[in-house]
Amino acid sequence: MSGQPNRVTAGNRPVAATLDVDAIRRDFPALRRTVRGRPLVYLDSAATSHKPLQVLDTERRFYERHNAAVHRGAHTLAGEATEAFESARDRLAEFLGARPNEIVWTSNATAAINLLAYAFSNASSGRGGAEADRFRLRAGDEIVVTELEHHANLIPWQELAARTGATLRHIGVDDSGRPQLDQAREVISARTRIVAFAHVSNVLGEVTPVSEIVALAREVGALVVLDACQSAPHLPLDVTALDVDFAVLSGHKMLGPLGIGVLYGRAVLLDALPPFLTGGSMITSVTIERAEFLPSPARFEAGTQPVAQAVGLAAAAEYLAGLGMDRVHARDAELGKKLALGLSELPGTRVLGPAPGEPRVGLASFLVDGVHAHDVGQFLDNLGIAVRVGHHCAEPLHRRLGVAASTRASTSVYTTDAEVDALLDAVAQVRKFFRA
Amino acid sequence: MAGDDFRELYQDVLLDHSRERHGYALLPAPSAESHQRNRSCGDEITLRVHAREGIVDCLSWTGQGCAISQASASMLCDITGGLTPRECGLRVAAFRAMLQSRGKDGGDSDVLGDAVALSGVALYPPRINCAMLAWVALEDALNSLDASAHPPDPSTAGTTK
Repeated sequence: MSGQPNRVTAGNRPVAATLDVDAIRRDFPALRRTVRGRPLVYLDSAATSHKPLQVLDTERRFYERHNAAVHRGAHTLAGEATEAFESARDRLAEFLGARPNEIVWTSNATAAINLLAYAFSNASSGRGGAEADRFRLRAGDEIVVTELEHHANLIPWQELAARTGATLRHIGVDDSGRPQLDQAREVISARTRIVAFAHVSNVLGEVTPVSEIVALAREVGALVVLDACQSAPHLPLDVTALDVDFAVLSGHKMLGPLGIGVLYGRAVLLDALPPFLTGGSMITSVTIERAEFLPSPARFEAGTQPVAQAVGLAAAAEYLAGLGMDRVHARDAELGKKLALGLSELPGTRVLGPAPGEPRVGLASFLVDGVHAHDVGQFLDNLGIAVRVGHHCAEPLHRRLGVAASTRASTSVYTTDAEVDALLDAVAQVRKFFRA
Repeated sequence: MAGDDFRELYQDVLLDHSRERHGYALLPAPSAESHQRNRSCGDEITLRVHAREGIVDCLSWTGQGCAISQASASMLCDITGGLTPRECGLRVAAFRAMLQSRGKDGGDSDVLGDAVALSGVALYPPRINCAMLAWVALEDALNSLDASAHPPDPSTAGTTK
């Protein structure tokens, strides 16, 4: 890899031109189906992406050939399963710019954030000894989020605050949904212990200014939690370079299987953090009265692990890395721009978030004057076009923007320009049909 | 361009009601009121029952939502005037049965009026809650009306608030 991020070129052509979407589509069997008699136009990848054969085959192969519980049992299959599971961890560590012992498997991103929140909770009630002191929350401490968070990066912190007596505060967004950095400077203070925010908004598609917020958190010694669910499928991600303490992502949004997510944490922190779920395979020794816990990541992986899902996610990371995340990003940004510009040019249609033409990932939420998002979604479904409607699990953001519900179109590596055009053509007909 | 099921879902009469909503705007002095919210999309309705001497005079409502929820509330207003609360309850039950019939029950227009046009919703299960929103509000309001329709014993009435 050479050159600056997002400005990689191959010869004179932008690398985006080298992402062979037709070839990519052949890897995704679900894209061949029809919906209501028309070819599927899948523009809901931000909710969940489709999975390439490479992922499906890897999962199937695991069950067909190895299928065993990991880190227990001395037989050959158990050894192979453990090897596959740990190699998958290595693969994800590489994908995220982390070390393998900094990667914890969870069932999804929501579970990863809850794991953190409950581990902080356990520390706050005295678990983890002196080394867990930095995670202990007391009355007067503050947790900071932004107004644009997905509910999964909001409610666990509300609950943690309620359990510990800490206060939840937030950085407001401006009318376009951008977190207000001048407000962040006020809100993040000596009382702040945790700052949790999304890398990319799941409603607006805008990349949050991570380094500015991290710098503010560092000044006051607060821990930083990054929700990378919507960035991991779209951007080159390097958690070490981003200098965050924790990050979470969801496998199924980045071409991986359902039922697997990742918690990244700096090793020194994960080893000091008390566990959340306890049970088998996370201990060094157990008596009837008490247990000693293994270091990370094992201390957070109690019980039989989702091995097939982990190797499937590693295959997804491999697939994306094979395409090149710089190219994925370039192509994605191009589609995002096409979506936002195209939608905003339609009469009576307004795009939320960054102004059309401004940088965004391949995602645009929009409003159609006089037509409710549910009706827009139903109209599009009738044409075989799948989008998300509602508040996209970000009710506070919608309220702030004065919107009850919006329609969201989102892309992935398999999205074609023709699909975006099909959406634009369809949205152009919505108001007439509903007599708006 | 629109498929048959889809045209069946968004019939003209539905689109008419969604644009010209009968009973829209709250009237003062309700006999009972209910506020309902569709959890999946955030659509809301506040519906009031205006009754006199055990007969529903009319309904009034406000709220926001999709064409189906708005049309459904409007159609409900058309069929409830002059009914007893019990008769209203039977219509809600008939409407619910139609929506849950997976398309087998087309509804009786003598009972449901224009709301038979919502029978197509039965083929779109995620939208059943949209169609039910106002009807659930009516059911809830009637329950509270029912409770207040059984006043305390007259001999002790003066001692209660």
